[in-house]
Amino acid sequence: MSNAQAIGPTAPNLDWSSDQAQRRVRRRYAADRRLQAYGIIAIALAVGLLGVLIASLISTGFPAFIQTKVELPIYIDPAQVDPQDPGSGKYRALVREAVDKVVPGIPEEQKRSIGKILTSDAAYIVRDYVVDHPDVIGKTITLPIAVSDPFDQLHKGVIPKEMDALNWTQVGWFERLDNRGLVVEHDGRMSLKLDVYVNPEIVEAGPPPSGNFAVLAQSSLKAYLPRINDTSLVDMLAAEAPEVIGARIAAEPDIIGKTVQMYFPLSPHYAVLAKGETPKVLNPRFSQDQLAALDILDGKGLVRTPFNWELFFNADSRFPERAGLAGAITGSFYALLVCFLLSFPIGIAAAVYLEEFAPKNRFTDLIEVNINNLAAVPSVVFGLLGLAVFLGFFGLPRSAPLVGGMVLSLMTLPTIIITTRAALKAVPPSIREAALGVGASKHQVMIHHVLPLALPGILTGTIIGMAQALGETAPLLLIGMNAFIPSIENMGLLEPATSLPTQIFSWADSPERGFVSRTSAAILVLLGFLVIMNIVAITLRQMFQRKW
Amino acid sequence: MEAQPAVRVQAPAVPEPREGQSVARLELKMAARDVNLWYGEKQALFGVSLDMFDSSVTALIGPSGCGKSTFLRCLDRMNDVIDGCRVEGDIRLDGEDIYAPRVDPVQLRARVGMVFQKPNPFPKSIFENVAYGPRIHGLCKTKAEYADVVEKSLTRAGLWDEVKDRLDESGTGLSGGQQQRLCIARAISVNPEVLLMDEPCSALDPIATAKIETLMDELKKNLCIVIVTHSMQQAARVSQRTAFFHLGKLVEVDETSKIFTNPTDQRTQDYVTGRFG
Repeated sequence: MSNAQAIGPTAPNLDWSSDQAQRRVRRRYAADRRLQAYGIIAIALAVGLLGVLIASLISTGFPAFIQTKVELPIYIDPAQVDPQDPGSGKYRALVREAVDKVVPGIPEEQKRSIGKILTSDAAYIVRDYVVDHPDVIGKTITLPIAVSDPFDQLHKGVIPKEMDALNWTQVGWFERLDNRGLVVEHDGRMSLKLDVYVNPEIVEAGPPPSGNFAVLAQSSLKAYLPRINDTSLVDMLAAEAPEVIGARIAAEPDIIGKTVQMYFPLSPHYAVLAKGETPKVLNPRFSQDQLAALDILDGKGLVRTPFNWELFFNADSRFPERAGLAGAITGSFYALLVCFLLSFPIGIAAAVYLEEFAPKNRFTDLIEVNINNLAAVPSVVFGLLGLAVFLGFFGLPRSAPLVGGMVLSLMTLPTIIITTRAALKAVPPSIREAALGVGASKHQVMIHHVLPLALPGILTGTIIGMAQALGETAPLLLIGMNAFIPSIENMGLLEPATSLPTQIFSWADSPERGFVSRTSAAILVLLGFLVIMNIVAITLRQMFQRKW
Repeated sequence: MEAQPAVRVQAPAVPEPREGQSVARLELKMAARDVNLWYGEKQALFGVSLDMFDSSVTALIGPSGCGKSTFLRCLDRMNDVIDGCRVEGDIRLDGEDIYAPRVDPVQLRARVGMVFQKPNPFPKSIFENVAYGPRIHGLCKTKAEYADVVEKSLTRAGLWDEVKDRLDESGTGLSGGQQQRLCIARAISVNPEVLLMDEPCSALDPIATAKIETLMDELKKNLCIVIVTHSMQQAARVSQRTAFFHLGKLVEVDETSKIFTNPTDQRTQDYVTGRFG
């Protein structure tokens, strides 16, 4: 009391209404608002980028969720399929006959090409159906059969039926000539008006006139477009253009050695261009007959685009229209199962020991530092470790989900240990004291009180670790868990398998157009699983959350 | 039995029953002799010797950080779980050294119950809170026995009438005072012989405090209660004997009335009259 008086006020008195003070207040508010704005900008940026990612995935991946199919009525001819042995019938012939019936009058030499509208697996689709339903032999069944990839893409509008015949450089050359007024109509044809030096070294008067008129025509065209060494330049002139020179020499032999003006007709595409239209050609993937046949099928209402369940229930295939994720999902499931069974108990046991029982000394400090460091080790390193130890030393099978799960559990263990320790730390000491106070032993305190209270945190950490493992690619590639799995029937812990991320990797590497959208679709499926796992984590946390 | 360490506790100076008190002769329940305690390098208790008697309340008072809670936690070996804590000296419960190797701290804590400063019921039902102790010690067999223990404990803790209709509700949903009485019920559910209370009322309002003090009067009839408190009024109200701690040393211990009216030591005098602390 007396001290306070002796010292006096601790700071000089401030005038809170002075301009300086006001300015300080304003500045403080501005700084607050700035800080808030930075946060909002950061969040907007993050959400925006995520939105772009999802939007691009959905727009590319959407076509993979539907599949163009032909509802083909197929007569299962008992002459071709033996009811005693339906597995070895001549299904290819059955499919061909069915196509014949729907699209009548296909010439024999076209049948092969028309048959390519359907997937190459068509015969196997029919076989599998007949093997499953032997009673259909002798009847006509209608099976939805996927069309092959180019026609699927065509039907979905991903690739066009017609393409621009001329690329933009070719259009550019034409425009340069057109701008000089060289494109004129002559004798009812769009032609190029070119000066030609009738080189006596190339042509002879004849009669009949002879020589390499084509070279002459080309060189005179090239003279107008110097420094362009593109062989496709010659396509600008119609095939009969050189004859113009021959005809002219026949009529006026004395032009040899002189430069004269000639009218060369344009080739068809350029002629269309000269009329102000865009020349089109048929997409080289398709033939006119195939398109006609597809139109007939479409006209009969047989072409459908149902939801592509096969994306989820088929295993991988060389043909994108038949490829699905079932193998990848199964492989990921097995690998995650192994990963969970290994890392959950080991992780919790390690965390409980380190947190509750371990003495605090240099050795346990070292262990702790190493666990934290392990969480930051690049996953490819774990893959190499798995390759060297599990495959190389222990001789476990290549590509197997067992090894994949073991490698993934190496990665999830640090995550689980760290989150479990954090969850154990977060349990208030009063609960431990209360339990110890009534005479609970250490393990009773742990099992009855601390673990149940830490469980939400532990589960969250585990599921997040699992989600990480689900998306991990590099270690699985290193142990070869990107096998081509055309059927999920023989999958097991020790059989070769693939997984979702490695499946995405292989599809992204495939040249077929259909795999582009399937890659995006597979990414969406993977993201879907991650979202589901996170929702489960949140639900579990809320379910087990208890107040104290 | 092999050579027992010499019991340094001779028949203690039993305070004479005071006028107006029905306490006949008090029996020695716990005795601490020359207790030193270190947290790592730092010594927290210096040669504390204290007797605690059955059927009475012993209050430990003193300024913050004087070691009274630390001493209390020595009595049920709760300090064992603290890293780097080392106890020397001799603490006996009914003449038996509680730090002897053959003494199991878990069993000891069943005999010496503890109530903490902050009410800390388990996040379980009220019934489970009370039944937990009997359950882990295997005191009951049938459901009816558990129900009986729970009812008796809650009745003794003066909480039965308030919670008998909602035994399934979470113990954390009760008010602070009720939670603390629930913790007392939990502590006495295993029939402890000694009840340690570490500032049990510091987080409670005066009404809840009054209830707990009444309860302590009831409980002390067949318990040895040791209470740490910052409230000298509380010590004066509930305790028969009071020990004053200062800087890790036991300065003075005597009958409560003597400590508050005619202490021997000047420091005690200063503290109880509010000169410091």
